[in-house]
Amino acid sequence: MTSIPMWGGPPGPRPTPPSGPFYTSAEMMTVAAARALGNDDICFVGIGLPSAACNLARLTHAPRINLVYESGTLATRPDVLPLSIGDGELCETALTTVAVPEMFRYWLQGGRITVGFLGGAQVDRFGNLNSTVIGGYGSPKVRLPGSGGAAEVGMGCGQVFIIMRHSPRSFVPQLDFLTTLGHGRTGIERRQLGIRTKGPTLLVTDLCIMRPDPQTNEMVVASLHPGITREQVREKTGWDVRFADVVAETAPPSAEELEVLRSLHARTARAHGTAGGSES
Amino acid sequence: MEFLTVHDAIARHVKDGDQLALEGFTHLVPYAAGHEIIRQGRRNLTLIRMTPDLIYDQMIGMGMARKLIFSWCGNPGVGSLHRLREAVERGSLEIVEYSHGAMAQAYEAGAAGMPCAFFRGYRGSDLPAVNPDIRFIRCPFTGEEITCIPALRPDVTIIHAQRADREGNVLIEGIVGVQKEAVLAARRAVATVEEIVEDFGPRSTNAVILPHWTLSAVAVAPRGAHPSYAHGYYARDNRYYIAWDAVSRDRETFRAWMRKNVLEAGQ
Repeated sequence: MTSIPMWGGPPGPRPTPPSGPFYTSAEMMTVAAARALGNDDICFVGIGLPSAACNLARLTHAPRINLVYESGTLATRPDVLPLSIGDGELCETALTTVAVPEMFRYWLQGGRITVGFLGGAQVDRFGNLNSTVIGGYGSPKVRLPGSGGAAEVGMGCGQVFIIMRHSPRSFVPQLDFLTTLGHGRTGIERRQLGIRTKGPTLLVTDLCIMRPDPQTNEMVVASLHPGITREQVREKTGWDVRFADVVAETAPPSAEELEVLRSLHARTARAHGTAGGSES
Repeated sequence: MEFLTVHDAIARHVKDGDQLALEGFTHLVPYAAGHEIIRQGRRNLTLIRMTPDLIYDQMIGMGMARKLIFSWCGNPGVGSLHRLREAVERGSLEIVEYSHGAMAQAYEAGAAGMPCAFFRGYRGSDLPAVNPDIRFIRCPFTGEEITCIPALRPDVTIIHAQRADREGNVLIEGIVGVQKEAVLAARRAVATVEEIVEDFGPRSTNAVILPHWTLSAVAVAPRGAHPSYAHGYYARDNRYYIAWDAVSRDRETFRAWMRKNVLEAGQ
Protein backbone atom coordinates (compact mmCIF):
# COMPACT_ATOMS: atom_id res chain seq x y z
CA MET A 1 0.00 0.00 0.00
CA THR A 2 1.26 3.46 -0.81
CA SER A 3 0.87 6.36 1.53
CA ILE A 4 -0.20 9.79 0.44
CA PRO A 5 2.41 12.39 1.43
CA MET A 6 0.43 14.87 3.49
CA TRP A 7 2.54 17.97 3.38
CA GLY A 8 4.77 18.23 0.37
CA GLY A 9 6.89 15.13 0.50
CA PRO A 10 10.08 14.30 -1.32
CA PRO A 11 11.22 14.91 -3.99
CA GLY A 12 10.78 18.49 -5.15
CA PRO A 13 9.58 21.66 -3.49
CA ARG A 14 6.67 21.47 -1.09
CA PRO A 15 3.52 23.22 -2.31
CA THR A 16 2.68 24.55 1.14
CA PRO A 17 5.31 25.20 3.77
CA PRO A 18 4.81 22.73 6.62
CA SER A 19 4.25 24.11 10.07
CA GLY A 20 5.20 20.83 11.75
CA PRO A 21 7.01 17.58 11.04
CA PHE A 22 6.46 15.71 7.77
CA TYR A 23 4.27 12.63 8.01
CA THR A 24 2.37 10.22 5.77
CA SER A 25 -1.38 9.67 5.58
CA ALA A 26 -0.86 6.19 7.02
CA GLU A 27 0.90 7.67 10.05
CA MET A 28 -1.92 10.18 10.49
CA MET A 29 -4.43 7.33 10.45
CA THR A 30 -2.58 5.29 13.05
CA VAL A 31 -2.05 8.29 15.31
CA ALA A 32 -5.72 9.32 15.08
CA ALA A 33 -6.79 5.78 15.96
CA ALA A 34 -4.36 5.56 18.88
CA ARG A 35 -5.75 8.77 20.38
CA ALA A 36 -9.20 7.20 20.69
CA LEU A 37 -7.88 4.73 23.29
CA GLY A 38 -7.39 5.50 26.98
CA ASN A 39 -5.78 4.09 30.09
CA ASP A 40 -9.05 2.51 31.25
CA ASP A 41 -9.57 0.52 28.08
CA ILE A 42 -9.33 -3.23 27.86
CA CYS A 43 -8.81 -3.59 24.16
CA PHE A 44 -9.18 -6.66 21.94
CA VAL A 45 -6.58 -6.09 19.25
CA GLY A 46 -6.66 -7.24 15.64
CA ILE A 47 -3.39 -7.80 13.79
CA GLY A 48 -1.95 -5.18 11.39
CA LEU A 49 -3.22 -1.59 11.54
CA PRO A 50 -5.18 -2.08 14.81
CA SER A 51 -2.12 -3.57 16.51
CA ALA A 52 0.07 -0.60 15.51
CA ALA A 53 -2.52 1.90 16.78
CA CYS A 54 -3.11 0.09 20.07
CA ASN A 55 0.59 -0.22 20.86
CA LEU A 56 1.20 3.40 19.90
CA ALA A 57 -1.47 4.38 22.45
CA ARG A 58 0.24 2.22 25.07
CA LEU A 59 3.65 3.74 24.32
CA THR A 60 2.38 7.34 24.42
CA HIS A 61 -0.67 8.64 26.30
CA ALA A 62 -2.18 5.38 27.61
CA PRO A 63 0.59 3.40 29.34
CA ARG A 64 -1.89 1.51 31.55
CA ILE A 65 -4.14 0.28 28.70
CA ASN A 66 -4.71 -3.48 28.71
CA LEU A 67 -4.16 -5.08 25.32
CA VAL A 68 -5.68 -8.48 24.66
CA TYR A 69 -4.98 -10.66 21.62
CA GLU A 70 -7.20 -13.57 20.62
CA SER A 71 -4.36 -16.06 21.06
CA GLY A 72 -5.12 -15.79 24.78
CA THR A 73 -2.62 -13.16 25.93
CA LEU A 74 -4.05 -10.77 28.53
CA ALA A 75 -2.47 -7.36 29.25
CA THR A 76 0.43 -7.87 26.91
CA ARG A 77 3.19 -5.30 26.30
CA PRO A 78 5.08 -6.32 23.16
CA ASP A 79 8.29 -4.45 22.34
CA VAL A 80 7.78 -5.09 18.62
CA LEU A 81 4.54 -5.52 16.68
CA PRO A 82 3.66 -9.19 16.26
CA LEU A 83 3.60 -10.59 12.72
CA SER A 84 1.00 -13.15 13.75
CA ILE A 85 -1.68 -13.03 16.40
CA GLY A 86 0.23 -15.66 18.36
CA ASP A 87 3.86 -14.49 18.27
CA GLY A 88 5.94 -15.52 21.28
CA GLU A 89 6.52 -11.85 22.09
CA LEU A 90 2.84 -11.48 23.04
CA CYS A 91 2.96 -14.36 25.50
CA GLU A 92 6.33 -13.44 27.00
CA THR A 93 5.20 -9.89 27.81
CA ALA A 94 1.64 -10.76 28.94
CA LEU A 95 0.27 -10.70 32.47
CA THR A 96 -1.07 -14.18 31.81
CA THR A 97 -2.02 -16.38 28.87
CA VAL A 98 -5.29 -18.30 28.76
CA ALA A 99 -6.55 -20.98 26.39
CA VAL A 100 -8.43 -19.82 23.29
CA PRO A 101 -11.85 -21.18 24.34
CA GLU A 102 -11.52 -19.31 27.64
CA MET A 103 -10.52 -16.13 25.79
CA PHE A 104 -13.67 -16.18 23.71
CA ARG A 105 -16.06 -17.43 26.38
CA TYR A 106 -15.09 -15.70 29.62
CA TRP A 107 -13.30 -12.61 28.40
CA LEU A 108 -15.02 -11.63 25.16
CA GLN A 109 -18.51 -13.12 25.44
CA GLY A 110 -18.45 -12.53 29.20
CA GLY A 111 -18.28 -8.78 28.60
CA ARG A 112 -14.82 -8.07 30.00
CA ILE A 113 -13.49 -6.17 26.97
CA THR A 114 -14.32 -2.47 26.57
CA VAL A 115 -13.28 -1.99 22.97
CA GLY A 116 -12.50 -4.19 19.97
CA PHE A 117 -10.24 -2.80 17.26
CA LEU A 118 -10.84 -4.23 13.79
CA GLY A 119 -10.00 -3.79 10.13
CA GLY A 120 -11.56 -5.46 7.12
CA ALA A 121 -11.59 -5.68 3.34
CA GLN A 122 -14.93 -3.88 2.96
CA VAL A 123 -16.99 -1.61 5.20
CA ASP A 124 -20.43 -0.17 4.51
CA ARG A 125 -22.06 3.03 5.76
CA PHE A 126 -23.35 1.30 8.90
CA GLY A 127 -19.98 -0.09 9.93
CA ASN A 128 -20.68 -3.68 8.88
CA LEU A 129 -17.51 -5.48 7.82
CA ASN A 130 -16.60 -8.05 5.18
CA SER A 131 -13.44 -10.08 5.64
CA THR A 132 -14.74 -13.26 3.99
CA VAL A 133 -15.07 -12.99 0.23
CA ILE A 134 -15.17 -10.62 -2.77
CA GLY A 135 -17.76 -11.87 -5.26
CA GLY A 136 -20.20 -14.66 -4.49
CA TYR A 137 -19.51 -17.05 -1.61
CA GLY A 138 -19.86 -20.11 -3.86
CA SER A 139 -17.98 -18.52 -6.77
CA PRO A 140 -15.48 -16.15 -5.18
CA LYS A 141 -13.49 -13.59 -7.12
CA VAL A 142 -11.17 -13.29 -4.15
CA ARG A 143 -11.30 -15.60 -1.20
CA LEU A 144 -10.30 -13.61 1.94
CA PRO A 145 -9.23 -15.13 5.29
CA GLY A 146 -12.69 -15.06 6.87
CA SER A 147 -13.91 -14.07 10.30
CA GLY A 148 -11.24 -15.30 12.65
CA GLY A 149 -12.45 -13.72 15.87
CA ALA A 150 -13.99 -10.67 14.18
CA ALA A 151 -17.62 -11.81 14.19
CA GLU A 152 -17.43 -12.40 17.94
CA VAL A 153 -15.46 -9.20 18.59
CA GLY A 154 -18.24 -7.24 16.90
CA MET A 155 -20.76 -8.87 19.20
CA GLY A 156 -18.92 -9.11 22.53
CA CYS A 157 -16.87 -5.94 22.99
CA GLY A 158 -18.45 -2.89 24.63
CA GLN A 159 -17.81 -0.94 21.44
CA VAL A 160 -15.89 -1.40 18.21
CA PHE A 161 -13.36 0.89 16.55
CA ILE A 162 -12.57 0.28 12.88
CA ILE A 163 -9.40 1.34 11.09
CA MET A 164 -9.21 1.08 7.28
CA ARG A 165 -7.63 2.86 4.35
CA HIS A 166 -10.14 4.90 2.40
CA SER A 167 -10.86 3.65 -1.13
CA PRO A 168 -14.01 3.16 -3.23
CA ARG A 169 -13.25 -0.57 -3.41
CA SER A 170 -13.29 -0.87 0.38
CA PHE A 171 -15.94 1.71 1.31
CA VAL A 172 -18.80 0.11 -0.55
CA PRO A 173 -22.56 0.74 -0.79
CA GLN A 174 -23.26 -3.00 -0.50
CA LEU A 175 -20.99 -5.59 1.15
CA ASP A 176 -20.34 -8.76 -0.86
CA PHE A 177 -20.62 -10.64 2.43
CA LEU A 178 -21.47 -9.51 5.95
CA THR A 179 -18.90 -11.15 8.24
CA THR A 180 -19.04 -8.89 11.29
CA LEU A 181 -22.24 -7.15 12.28
CA GLY A 182 -21.97 -3.40 12.73
CA HIS A 183 -25.31 -1.64 12.95
CA GLY A 184 -26.82 -3.95 10.30
CA ARG A 185 -27.67 -3.45 6.64
CA THR A 186 -30.29 -0.78 7.38
CA GLY A 187 -28.58 0.58 10.48
CA ILE A 188 -31.18 -0.73 12.92
CA GLU A 189 -30.78 -4.53 12.90
CA ARG A 190 -28.34 -4.49 15.76
CA ARG A 191 -30.81 -2.61 17.92
CA GLN A 192 -33.71 -4.80 16.74
CA LEU A 193 -31.83 -7.98 17.63
CA GLY A 194 -31.48 -6.66 21.17
CA ILE A 195 -27.69 -6.82 21.13
CA ARG A 196 -26.59 -4.87 24.15
CA THR A 197 -23.09 -3.85 23.07
CA LYS A 198 -22.72 -0.62 21.08
CA GLY A 199 -21.10 -1.88 17.88
CA PRO A 200 -18.99 0.50 15.74
CA THR A 201 -18.61 3.94 17.32
CA LEU A 202 -15.53 5.06 15.38
CA LEU A 203 -14.12 4.57 11.89
CA VAL A 204 -10.65 6.00 11.34
CA THR A 205 -9.23 6.24 7.82
CA ASP A 206 -6.23 7.84 6.17
CA LEU A 207 -8.47 10.80 5.25
CA CYS A 208 -10.84 11.35 8.13
CA ILE A 209 -12.59 10.21 11.30
CA MET A 210 -16.18 8.98 11.03
CA ARG A 211 -18.73 8.40 13.78
CA PRO A 212 -22.26 7.00 13.68
CA ASP A 213 -25.16 9.44 13.43
CA PRO A 214 -27.03 9.12 16.76
CA GLN A 215 -30.38 8.60 15.00
CA THR A 216 -29.55 6.52 11.91
CA ASN A 217 -26.20 4.94 12.87
CA GLU A 218 -24.80 5.96 9.48
CA MET A 219 -21.08 6.67 9.66
CA VAL A 220 -20.63 10.40 8.99
CA VAL A 221 -17.42 12.41 8.72
CA ALA A 222 -16.71 14.05 12.06
CA SER A 223 -13.15 15.24 11.41
CA LEU A 224 -10.97 15.71 8.35
CA HIS A 225 -7.23 15.13 8.59
CA PRO A 226 -5.13 18.25 7.86
CA GLY A 227 -5.07 19.16 4.17
CA ILE A 228 -7.85 16.72 3.21
CA THR A 229 -10.89 18.13 1.41
CA ARG A 230 -14.51 16.95 1.46
CA GLU A 231 -14.16 16.27 -2.26
CA GLN A 232 -11.30 13.83 -1.65
CA VAL A 233 -13.40 11.93 0.88
CA ARG A 234 -16.38 11.83 -1.54
CA GLU A 235 -14.16 10.48 -4.34
CA LYS A 236 -12.87 7.66 -2.18
CA THR A 237 -16.18 6.63 -0.61
CA GLY A 238 -18.44 4.26 -2.53
CA TRP A 239 -21.64 5.67 -1.07
CA ASP A 240 -22.99 9.21 -0.92
CA VAL A 241 -20.98 10.13 2.15
CA ARG A 242 -22.42 12.59 4.66
CA PHE A 243 -20.64 15.11 6.85
CA ALA A 244 -21.49 16.13 10.40
CA ASP A 245 -22.97 19.60 10.93
CA VAL A 246 -19.65 20.69 12.35
CA VAL A 247 -16.61 18.97 10.84
CA ALA A 248 -13.44 19.34 12.89
CA GLU A 249 -9.85 19.21 11.66
CA THR A 250 -7.82 16.34 13.11
CA ALA A 251 -4.76 17.59 14.98
CA PRO A 252 -1.62 16.57 13.05
CA PRO A 253 0.67 13.99 14.63
CA SER A 254 2.96 15.44 17.26
CA ALA A 255 6.71 15.00 17.05
CA GLU A 256 6.49 12.52 19.95
CA GLU A 257 3.74 10.43 18.34
CA LEU A 258 5.73 10.21 15.11
CA GLU A 259 8.95 9.33 16.82
CA VAL A 260 7.40 6.56 18.92
CA LEU A 261 5.50 5.13 15.95
CA ARG A 262 8.54 5.18 13.68
CA SER A 263 10.82 3.56 16.19
CA LEU A 264 8.15 0.90 16.85
CA HIS A 265 8.06 0.14 13.12
CA ALA A 266 11.85 0.15 12.86
CA ARG A 267 12.17 -2.33 15.77
CA THR A 268 9.46 -4.48 14.21
CA ALA A 269 11.14 -4.49 10.79
CA ARG A 270 14.46 -5.50 12.34
CA ALA A 271 12.79 -8.31 14.26
CA HIS A 272 10.86 -9.74 11.30
CA GLY A 273 13.36 -9.06 8.53
CA THR A 274 10.91 -6.94 6.53
CA ALA A 275 11.30 -3.54 4.91
CA GLY A 276 8.87 -2.05 7.44
CA GLY A 277 7.16 1.29 7.48
CA SER A 278 4.61 0.46 4.79
CA GLU A 279 1.98 -0.54 7.32
CA SER A 280 1.58 2.33 9.70
CA MET B 1 0.01 -44.52 24.87
CA GLU B 2 3.08 -45.83 23.18
CA PHE B 3 6.29 -44.12 22.14
CA LEU B 4 6.70 -44.31 18.38
CA THR B 5 8.76 -42.63 15.69
CA VAL B 6 6.95 -39.86 13.81
CA HIS B 7 6.82 -42.16 10.80
CA ASP B 8 5.20 -45.01 12.72
CA ALA B 9 2.83 -42.76 14.65
CA ILE B 10 1.45 -41.36 11.38
CA ALA B 11 1.41 -44.76 9.68
CA ARG B 12 -0.57 -46.27 12.53
CA HIS B 13 -2.98 -43.47 13.40
CA VAL B 14 -3.73 -41.41 10.27
CA LYS B 15 -5.86 -43.13 7.62
CA ASP B 16 -7.15 -42.09 4.22
CA GLY B 17 -10.50 -40.32 4.59
CA ASP B 18 -9.94 -39.37 8.23
CA GLN B 19 -11.22 -36.22 9.84
CA LEU B 20 -7.85 -34.88 10.92
CA ALA B 21 -7.10 -31.95 13.23
CA LEU B 22 -3.58 -30.53 13.47
CA GLU B 23 -3.86 -27.88 16.17
CA GLY B 24 -1.60 -25.21 17.65
CA PHE B 25 -2.68 -21.56 17.54
CA THR B 26 0.23 -20.03 15.57
CA HIS B 27 2.44 -21.50 18.30
CA LEU B 28 3.43 -25.21 18.29
CA VAL B 29 1.97 -25.96 14.85
CA PRO B 30 2.83 -29.65 14.25
CA TYR B 31 4.82 -29.29 11.02
CA ALA B 32 6.96 -32.40 11.36
CA ALA B 33 3.85 -34.56 11.68
CA GLY B 34 2.13 -32.73 8.81
CA HIS B 35 5.13 -33.24 6.56
CA GLU B 36 5.21 -36.93 7.41
CA ILE B 37 1.52 -37.20 6.47
CA ILE B 38 2.40 -35.59 3.13
CA ARG B 39 5.28 -38.03 2.60
CA GLN B 40 3.01 -40.97 3.35
CA GLY B 41 0.56 -39.65 0.76
CA ARG B 42 -2.72 -39.72 2.69
CA ARG B 43 -5.75 -38.85 0.60
CA ASN B 44 -9.33 -37.71 0.88
CA LEU B 45 -8.82 -36.05 4.25
CA THR B 46 -11.16 -33.69 6.02
CA LEU B 47 -8.78 -31.16 7.52
CA ILE B 48 -9.84 -29.36 10.68
CA ARG B 49 -7.93 -26.39 12.03
CA MET B 50 -8.89 -22.93 13.30
CA THR B 51 -6.09 -21.27 11.31
CA PRO B 52 -5.06 -23.57 8.43
CA ASP B 53 -1.59 -21.93 8.39
CA LEU B 54 1.10 -22.94 5.91
CA ILE B 55 0.89 -26.60 6.89
CA TYR B 56 -2.64 -26.97 5.46
CA ASP B 57 -1.73 -24.79 2.47
CA GLN B 58 0.96 -27.42 1.79
CA MET B 59 -1.37 -30.38 2.33
CA ILE B 60 -4.15 -28.85 0.23
CA GLY B 61 -1.66 -27.93 -2.51
CA MET B 62 -0.51 -31.55 -2.55
CA GLY B 63 -4.09 -32.67 -3.21
CA MET B 64 -4.61 -34.51 0.06
CA ALA B 65 -7.81 -32.84 1.26
CA ARG B 66 -11.38 -32.97 0.07
CA LYS B 67 -12.81 -30.76 2.79
CA LEU B 68 -11.64 -28.05 5.19
CA ILE B 69 -13.25 -26.96 8.46
CA PHE B 70 -11.71 -23.67 9.61
CA SER B 71 -12.24 -20.18 11.02
CA TRP B 72 -9.42 -18.03 9.53
CA CYS B 73 -7.50 -18.96 6.41
CA GLY B 74 -4.60 -16.54 5.92
CA ASN B 75 -0.83 -16.41 6.16
CA PRO B 76 -0.62 -14.46 9.44
CA GLY B 77 0.65 -10.92 8.89
CA VAL B 78 1.60 -11.74 5.29
CA GLY B 79 -1.51 -12.31 3.18
CA SER B 80 -3.25 -15.18 1.46
CA LEU B 81 -2.66 -18.91 1.59
CA HIS B 82 -2.39 -19.24 -2.18
CA ARG B 83 -2.82 -23.00 -2.60
CA LEU B 84 -5.85 -23.01 -0.35
CA ARG B 85 -7.25 -19.91 -2.00
CA GLU B 86 -6.84 -21.37 -5.47
CA ALA B 87 -8.58 -24.59 -4.42
CA VAL B 88 -11.51 -22.61 -2.98
CA GLU B 89 -11.74 -20.27 -5.95
CA ARG B 90 -11.67 -23.25 -8.34
CA GLY B 91 -14.28 -25.05 -6.27
CA SER B 92 -12.12 -28.15 -5.74
CA LEU B 93 -12.20 -27.98 -1.92
CA GLU B 94 -15.36 -28.19 0.13
CA ILE B 95 -15.30 -25.70 3.01
CA VAL B 96 -17.15 -25.47 6.30
CA GLU B 97 -16.52 -22.09 7.81
CA TYR B 98 -16.85 -20.80 11.37
CA SER B 99 -15.44 -17.97 13.47
CA HIS B 100 -12.73 -18.53 16.09
CA GLY B 101 -14.89 -18.46 19.21
CA ALA B 102 -17.38 -20.86 17.66
CA MET B 103 -14.75 -23.34 16.54
CA ALA B 104 -12.87 -23.24 19.85
CA GLN B 105 -16.12 -24.01 21.61
CA ALA B 106 -16.95 -26.83 19.16
CA TYR B 107 -13.70 -28.53 20.25
CA GLU B 108 -14.59 -27.85 23.86
CA ALA B 109 -18.00 -29.46 23.33
CA GLY B 110 -16.27 -32.46 21.76
CA ALA B 111 -13.95 -32.74 24.74
CA ALA B 112 -16.90 -32.49 27.11
CA GLY B 113 -18.80 -35.24 25.32
CA MET B 114 -21.57 -32.84 24.31
CA PRO B 115 -23.35 -33.02 20.94
CA CYS B 116 -23.09 -29.29 20.32
CA ALA B 117 -21.66 -25.99 21.47
CA PHE B 118 -23.83 -22.96 22.20
CA PHE B 119 -22.89 -19.32 22.50
CA ARG B 120 -23.83 -15.82 21.40
CA GLY B 121 -22.74 -15.24 17.86
CA TYR B 122 -23.40 -14.82 14.16
CA ARG B 123 -26.59 -12.81 14.62
CA GLY B 124 -26.97 -10.44 11.69
CA SER B 125 -24.01 -12.09 9.94
CA ASP B 126 -24.16 -13.86 6.55
CA LEU B 127 -22.24 -16.88 7.87
CA PRO B 128 -25.35 -18.88 8.92
CA ALA B 129 -26.66 -18.53 5.34
CA VAL B 130 -23.60 -20.37 3.95
CA ASN B 131 -23.08 -22.86 6.77
CA PRO B 132 -26.24 -24.90 7.52
CA ASP B 133 -24.56 -26.26 10.67
CA ILE B 134 -24.94 -22.85 12.33
CA ARG B 135 -28.37 -22.96 13.95
CA PHE B 136 -30.26 -21.18 16.66
CA ILE B 137 -31.99 -22.53 19.75
CA ARG B 138 -33.94 -20.84 22.49
CA CYS B 139 -32.74 -20.83 26.08
CA PRO B 140 -35.38 -22.70 28.13
CA PHE B 141 -34.81 -20.39 31.09
CA THR B 142 -34.58 -16.90 29.61
CA GLY B 143 -36.02 -17.30 26.12
CA GLU B 144 -32.88 -15.79 24.60
CA GLU B 145 -32.00 -16.98 21.11
CA ILE B 146 -28.63 -18.72 21.27
CA THR B 147 -26.34 -19.90 18.49
CA CYS B 148 -25.57 -23.60 18.24
CA ILE B 149 -23.09 -25.64 16.18
CA PRO B 150 -22.17 -29.33 16.26
CA ALA B 151 -19.29 -30.52 18.42
CA LEU B 152 -16.02 -31.33 16.68
CA ARG B 153 -14.97 -34.96 17.11
CA PRO B 154 -11.90 -35.53 14.92
CA ASP B 155 -10.89 -39.10 14.10
CA VAL B 156 -7.39 -38.04 15.03
CA THR B 157 -5.85 -34.90 16.54
CA ILE B 158 -2.14 -34.20 16.29
CA ILE B 159 -0.35 -31.60 18.38
CA HIS B 160 3.24 -30.60 19.01
CA ALA B 161 4.44 -29.83 22.55
CA GLN B 162 7.61 -28.98 24.41
CA ARG B 163 8.20 -32.10 26.50
CA ALA B 164 6.99 -35.55 27.41
CA ASP B 165 8.15 -37.41 30.49
CA ARG B 166 9.04 -41.12 30.61
CA GLU B 167 5.41 -42.09 31.15
CA GLY B 168 4.30 -40.15 28.07
CA ASN B 169 2.59 -37.29 29.89
CA VAL B 170 2.88 -34.19 27.72
CA LEU B 171 3.56 -30.62 28.91
CA ILE B 172 2.46 -27.57 26.87
CA GLU B 173 3.68 -24.06 27.72
CA GLY B 174 3.12 -20.60 26.25
CA ILE B 175 0.18 -19.93 23.97
CA VAL B 176 -1.78 -23.12 24.57
CA GLY B 177 -4.51 -22.44 22.00
CA VAL B 178 -7.06 -25.26 21.70
CA GLN B 179 -4.66 -28.21 21.88
CA LYS B 180 -6.02 -29.69 25.09
CA GLU B 181 -9.61 -29.45 23.84
CA ALA B 182 -8.69 -30.83 20.39
CA VAL B 183 -6.89 -33.83 21.93
CA LEU B 184 -9.69 -34.61 24.37
CA ALA B 185 -12.30 -34.26 21.59
CA ALA B 186 -10.55 -36.76 19.32
CA ARG B 187 -10.95 -40.53 19.00
CA ARG B 188 -7.16 -40.90 18.63
CA ALA B 189 -4.45 -38.38 19.47
CA VAL B 190 -0.76 -38.08 18.70
CA ALA B 191 1.69 -35.66 20.30
CA THR B 192 5.09 -34.88 18.86
CA VAL B 193 7.50 -33.31 21.35
CA GLU B 194 10.79 -31.46 21.33
CA GLU B 195 12.27 -33.90 23.84
CA ILE B 196 11.56 -36.61 26.36
CA VAL B 197 12.75 -35.87 29.88
CA GLU B 198 13.04 -38.02 33.00
CA ASP B 199 10.86 -35.64 34.94
CA PHE B 200 9.21 -32.29 34.20
CA GLY B 201 10.96 -30.73 37.19
CA PRO B 202 9.80 -27.46 38.77
CA ARG B 203 6.67 -26.14 37.14
CA SER B 204 3.49 -24.28 37.98
CA THR B 205 0.95 -26.42 39.79
CA ASN B 206 -1.47 -25.34 37.07
CA ALA B 207 0.70 -26.27 34.10
CA VAL B 208 -1.13 -27.58 31.05
CA ILE B 209 -0.37 -31.31 31.00
CA LEU B 210 -2.06 -33.95 28.91
CA PRO B 211 -1.87 -37.21 30.90
CA HIS B 212 -0.51 -40.19 28.97
CA TRP B 213 -3.88 -41.95 28.95
CA THR B 214 -5.35 -39.17 26.75
CA LEU B 215 -2.85 -39.91 23.97
CA SER B 216 -2.46 -42.78 21.52
CA ALA B 217 1.18 -42.09 20.72
CA VAL B 218 4.05 -39.75 21.57
CA ALA B 219 6.90 -39.17 19.12
CA VAL B 220 10.08 -37.14 19.43
CA ALA B 221 10.45 -34.47 16.75
CA PRO B 222 13.10 -31.86 17.56
CA ARG B 223 12.21 -28.53 15.91
CA GLY B 224 8.97 -30.28 15.00
CA ALA B 225 7.02 -27.03 14.95
CA HIS B 226 9.35 -25.11 12.63
CA PRO B 227 8.59 -22.64 10.98
CA SER B 228 6.10 -22.14 13.79
CA TYR B 229 7.79 -22.02 17.18
CA ALA B 230 8.17 -23.79 20.49
CA HIS B 231 8.15 -21.42 23.45
CA GLY B 232 11.40 -21.83 25.36
CA TYR B 233 13.10 -23.70 22.48
CA TYR B 234 13.13 -21.64 19.30
CA ALA B 235 11.41 -18.58 17.86
CA ARG B 236 8.88 -18.35 15.05
CA ASP B 237 10.66 -18.25 11.70
CA ASN B 238 8.83 -15.19 10.40
CA ARG B 239 11.10 -15.02 7.35
CA TYR B 240 9.85 -18.46 6.26
CA TYR B 241 6.25 -17.26 6.54
CA ILE B 242 7.08 -14.16 4.49
CA ALA B 243 8.99 -16.17 1.87
CA TRP B 244 6.12 -18.67 1.57
CA ASP B 245 4.05 -16.04 -0.21
CA ALA B 246 6.24 -16.20 -3.33
CA VAL B 247 6.73 -20.00 -3.15
CA SER B 248 3.03 -20.75 -3.01
CA ARG B 249 1.77 -18.29 -5.64
CA ASP B 250 2.82 -20.49 -8.55
CA ARG B 251 1.83 -24.16 -8.66
CA GLU B 252 5.06 -25.36 -10.27
CA THR B 253 7.29 -23.40 -7.91
CA PHE B 254 5.25 -24.85 -5.07
CA ARG B 255 5.57 -28.42 -6.34
CA ALA B 256 9.33 -28.12 -6.80
CA TRP B 257 9.70 -26.61 -3.33
CA MET B 258 7.67 -29.39 -1.75
CA ARG B 259 9.66 -32.06 -3.56
CA LYS B 260 12.97 -30.66 -2.36
CA ASN B 261 12.00 -29.58 1.16
CA VAL B 262 9.39 -32.13 2.21
CA LEU B 263 9.13 -35.22 0.00
CA GLU B 264 12.87 -35.76 -0.38
CA ALA B 265 13.78 -34.33 3.03
CA GLY B 266 12.69 -37.50 4.84
CA GLN B 267 12.15 -37.97 8.53
